[in-house]
Amino acid sequence: MSRLAAITGAALAKDLRLEWRSKDAINAMLFFALLVVVIFSFSFNPTAEESRQIAGGLIWVAFLFAAVVALNQTWARELRNQVLDAYRVSPAPASALFLSKALGNFIFVSVLEALMAPLFIIFYSLRALGPTWQLIPVSALGTWAIVVNGTFFAAMSLRTRSREIMLPLLLFPISIPALLATVNATTLILTGEASAKVWIVLLLAYDVVFTTGCLLLFEIVLHAE
Amino acid sequence: MTDTDATHPSSLSPVISVNNLVKYFGRFVALRGVSAVFDAGRMYALIGDNGAGKTTFLRALAGLTKPTRGSISVLGNLDIHSVCRYFGYMAHPSLLYDEMSGVENLRYFSRLYGIRNDQRCAEVIRLVGLDPQLARPVGQYSQGMRQRMSLARVVIHDPKVLLLDEPFSNVDVSSAREIVELLAQMRDSGKTIVVVTHQAQLLEGAADEFVWMREGQIVSRTSDSQSSRREPEER
Repeated sequence: MSRLAAITGAALAKDLRLEWRSKDAINAMLFFALLVVVIFSFSFNPTAEESRQIAGGLIWVAFLFAAVVALNQTWARELRNQVLDAYRVSPAPASALFLSKALGNFIFVSVLEALMAPLFIIFYSLRALGPTWQLIPVSALGTWAIVVNGTFFAAMSLRTRSREIMLPLLLFPISIPALLATVNATTLILTGEASAKVWIVLLLAYDVVFTTGCLLLFEIVLHAE
Repeated sequence: MTDTDATHPSSLSPVISVNNLVKYFGRFVALRGVSAVFDAGRMYALIGDNGAGKTTFLRALAGLTKPTRGSISVLGNLDIHSVCRYFGYMAHPSLLYDEMSGVENLRYFSRLYGIRNDQRCAEVIRLVGLDPQLARPVGQYSQGMRQRMSLARVVIHDPKVLLLDEPFSNVDVSSAREIVELLAQMRDSGKTIVVVTHQAQLLEGAADEFVWMREGQIVSRTSDSQSSRREPEER
């Protein structure tokens, strides 16, 4: 377990360092999410009540699309100079690489969310009527649901010719239950109409199932030719 | 020589034993029943024309390519991944992150082998003739420096077997000779080294055996690069 943690930590530190130097993923995500917010704000002119009803969907669709931009780049730097082969010939567990990538993406998307949330609040005049603190577990679980599957499917589509198209084709259908739960939970918290706890539990169950599945299957994906 | 088992001297201890290795890529046959034994403390130069199957063979030895048929036994173990910590693999590309410095690269790769000693990284960088203080990213290195750093990555965990694909490509002659000298020292310390190269003359006098491949088969094994270049029927 400590070996897994040590290698995951080393790979995560390496990914954060590379991203800090290049800013490839974060810049692309920010630019994309910003465009979505601005375009949506010009397209609709909702009242405060309407904003609370639609904001959950808008926010999470924007984050999902922006996350795909980053997820597509997750493995790209491992393909340059075939660095992934150096990992494949090492005794390091495949799950450590997967965890580090998923955690890295989680951090990148969380940073994006933290930067974009104030903009959403300003553009849509949002004020939550339900328990605001619940937005934290909802966004953490929702983000993890996107990145854990996204990291896995990005690795799967790594050797395909049109991997930019393959990733959304694989990721979006499987993310529907998580997206539904996240959007409904966010809407319920914003409108204060009912408790979002059922959706949060559903999200948690989704995350546990898919994280376990991805961890178990990743070794096959990593060593596939 | 297509099957070396029969002529294998009993005084040498085999590190890698390859038995009837076949590899298909779709309908293309890259390896056609390759059998070979590689012994401890010896350096082998794997030579042949483009498309002879050298890189595929080396990747199969490293466990990066799954054979369609046949088996590879490394240190008496048929599961290559379970003994991969004893391997060092150098590919034609550098297998390094261009955006990180040499030390940063080595520090990361050493962690994959459970090495937490940063002194070891500096030591290995010095061993390949580079400066551990060099802070610029590997992407700004010359090709020769990149090859040396790539070699440093290969030996960071002190492997027993070195599998090197074109370590002299784009390297000037004097640097290549230095790398050969380094490899000879490693061989003398008991490591088994398999080098895929198009510059066999560089390994003349250093390699113990020249293994000539053609059309996915080993066609001859000789002690010098000139005789190995001859067609088997001419000899």
